[in-house]
Amino acid sequence: MDNPQDTQKKYQDYIDKKSPNSPILKNCFNAFWVGGLICVIGELISQFCKFKGLDIQTSGTIVSIILIGISAFLTGLNIFNKIGKFAGAGSLIPITGFANSIVSPAMEYKSEGYVMGVGAKMFTVAGPVLVYGISSSIVVGIIYFIFK
Amino acid sequence: MQEFFQNINYMHILYAFLVGGAICIIGQILIDKTKLTPARILVIFVTLGAILGGLGIYQYLVDFAGAGATVPLTGFGYNLAKGAKEAVDQYGLVGAFIGGTKAAAGGIAAAIFFGYIASLISKPKMKKQ
Repeated sequence: MDNPQDTQKKYQDYIDKKSPNSPILKNCFNAFWVGGLICVIGELISQFCKFKGLDIQTSGTIVSIILIGISAFLTGLNIFNKIGKFAGAGSLIPITGFANSIVSPAMEYKSEGYVMGVGAKMFTVAGPVLVYGISSSIVVGIIYFIFK
Repeated sequence: MQEFFQNINYMHILYAFLVGGAICIIGQILIDKTKLTPARILVIFVTLGAILGGLGIYQYLVDFAGAGATVPLTGFGYNLAKGAKEAVDQYGLVGAFIGGTKAAAGGIAAAIFFGYIASLISKPKMKKQ
């Protein structure tokens, strides 16, 4: 029996050969409006926080927390994956994709237990993001300290 | 609430839509045209955001587009770098280690907490193959 991934790859190659231009335009269009829409939701929450008198830093944190919470639960309900298939980078690149990348592997490896399954696999993708994000922020801080 | 709707800055909403969408298009082109995995793309975006944030370039985009620049993962990197710089101003060198994580603490903690809860309540997926 064929490995499903091989079959998928062959199919993908076939698609690429048959229609080189249209999928990427369509994908970009979907990514654009879904990604834009997620940012608009964030901007509305942010403006509401500022309207309530919160400062920019706190507003930004609240926006992240709400968007992360929504996408985590949408992933848990298997709704986010459908959005992701349609929107591609439109739902991956906003902070929603970060939350999705935590919940997806955690759900998949739930059968391996709550510590080494859920607890460890949560960070399959989020781990590298935190490692490189935090490390580069430290490098930025050190360079800034030297040259300021 | 009605007062809030009268106070919405619609230009900022439009800029957030255009800039946020444009950043996602860059990601989509990377997905379609390169062999990078989603994990690598996320890492590239965060690191790029931290570098541009460190150089002070990303700040212009944030001033212009608000959530359109902060909600994509580049904004997460920008937030980390900005926090590190602010903490260096306040605490000196040790601030480089405190600031980034502190600025992003809300997002990281929410991702871990909601992520854990969501995976607890989720039902295992049916294998459809």
